[in-house]
Formats: sequence, structure tokens, C-alpha cells
Amino acid sequence: MDWQGQKLSEQLMQIMLVAFGIIGFITGYALGSFQTMLYVYAAGVVITSLITIPDWPFFNRHPLNWLDASEVEKHPKPQNTNATSKKKASKK
Amino acid sequence: MHSFVYRANALLTFALTVLGLMCILVSLSVNFNSPSPTSQVQILNVSGFRRNRDGDDEVVLKMNISANLQSLFTWNTKQVFVFLAAEYETPKNALNQVSLWDRIIPSEEHAKFWVETKNNYRFVDQGSNLRGKDFNLTLHWHVMPKVGMMFADKIAMAGFRLPDSYTRDSRKSS
Repeated sequence: MDWQGQKLSEQLMQIMLVAFGIIGFITGYALGSFQTMLYVYAAGVVITSLITIPDWPFFNRHPLNWLDASEVEKHPKPQNTNATSKKKASKK
Repeated sequence: MHSFVYRANALLTFALTVLGLMCILVSLSVNFNSPSPTSQVQILNVSGFRRNRDGDDEVVLKMNISANLQSLFTWNTKQVFVFLAAEYETPKNALNQVSLWDRIIPSEEHAKFWVETKNNYRFVDQGSNLRGKDFNLTLHWHVMPKVGMMFADKIAMAGFRLPDSYTRDSRKSS
């Protein structure tokens, strides 16, 4: 996953879990069944994890551009300047 | 969000937090309903009334207990514990409460009931004060929720009185 993908994954996870929480609560309240609420929410958690945890391709839409190997050859690394700075003995 | 395990951990933690918030909402959502339970008790007869060897009075009652506790059940109710207590005053204690009968009601279908029974627990006084005693029969209930706080309430039914003198109960030989 690239950076944008990670951000997207986190946002999706939070929004989906809260949404399924709300949907579960409303469903359970309307049907008068605590168990229904738990089942709906559990299904929501599973769906969310299937969408946000694996490294799907749509999380990789802004890949980082690493420098190509052939380019590296053309531009050699700068050498360390060996100019030893002569330290003048400041003390006289 | 750097790895599979990191994301899985974050998701599970957040899921549990949201679940906790949902349970709080469930517990709060029930505060708005106002239950209206009803109950009635009749004493059929006092089948035993004597003074025990250690000086305490003991009563055996046969009674009809009927109640409709269906309005206490909500989606957040796990069970209702109900018990019948005899309440009276003596010179020694301002309030005596003796539990005579109890039951666990697991669901709304069982919450409307009529039962004819002898008291399951002994109605014994601390002392010898029960002759001619006026007492209340109070139906108490505890509503146990699936999530949240338990609350208790009661209906007091007054107007019961014990006989003025001991009666001999027909003892069955044990």
C-alpha cells in the first residue's frame, strides 16, 4: 500500500465500522432484538475487514516514484571532498 | 497502516470500541419506556400457625399469586427475578421482610402467570409477635438487563391479617 492508500484504508475502516454500528443499532431497536443487532454488526465487521485489510490494487493508485536503476548509473554519487581543512594553529 | 497485522489490530480495537458505545446506547434507549405491571395475591388459608420450640412464631400460608409483568420486558431484558415478601412491624424491628416465594421469568411469554402455592420459604418471626398481626404482601421484582444497570421495584398489597391464636395444622407423619 502506498501512503494515500493507507490513509484511504484507515478512513474507510472507521467510517464503515461506525456506519455498521448505527445500522445494527437501528435494526435491532426496530425489531426489538438484541441478537439481531449483534449479528448485523458482526457481519459489518467482517465486510469491513475484507475491504480494508488486504492490500487491494485500489490502494496503490499513487505509487511512489523510485529512481530507475539505469538513471543511477548516469549520475554518480557525489564524492566526499577530501580537502583536509588545514587547521592553523591559532595559538601563537 | 504499515502492515496487514497493524491494520487488523486497528480494526479490531476500533470495532470493540464502537460495540461498547452501541451497548451504552442500548442501555440508555430503554429509559424511556414506563412499565405498568399488575399483581394480585389472595391468601387461601393459613394452614399452619404455631410457636416453635425456640420461641419463634411460624406460619404456613396457602396462596394464589397472579401477576402480569409483561410490560417490564424490553429488547434489553435478560430475565426478571420476582419474589413475594411478607412485611410487617414488630416492637423490636420497624420493618420485617420475609421472602415467601420466588421465581425467575426468562421471557415475556412467561411473565403473565397465576400460581397456587404454599410458601416455599419459611415464614418465621424473630420472636412471638405474629398473632393477630396485620401485614402487607409485597411483590418485588428485579429486572436484569443484557447490558447496563439492573433496577428493582415493587407493588405492596396491604390488608392481610394473621389469626389471633395459634392453629393446629394437620401434621402429616414424616
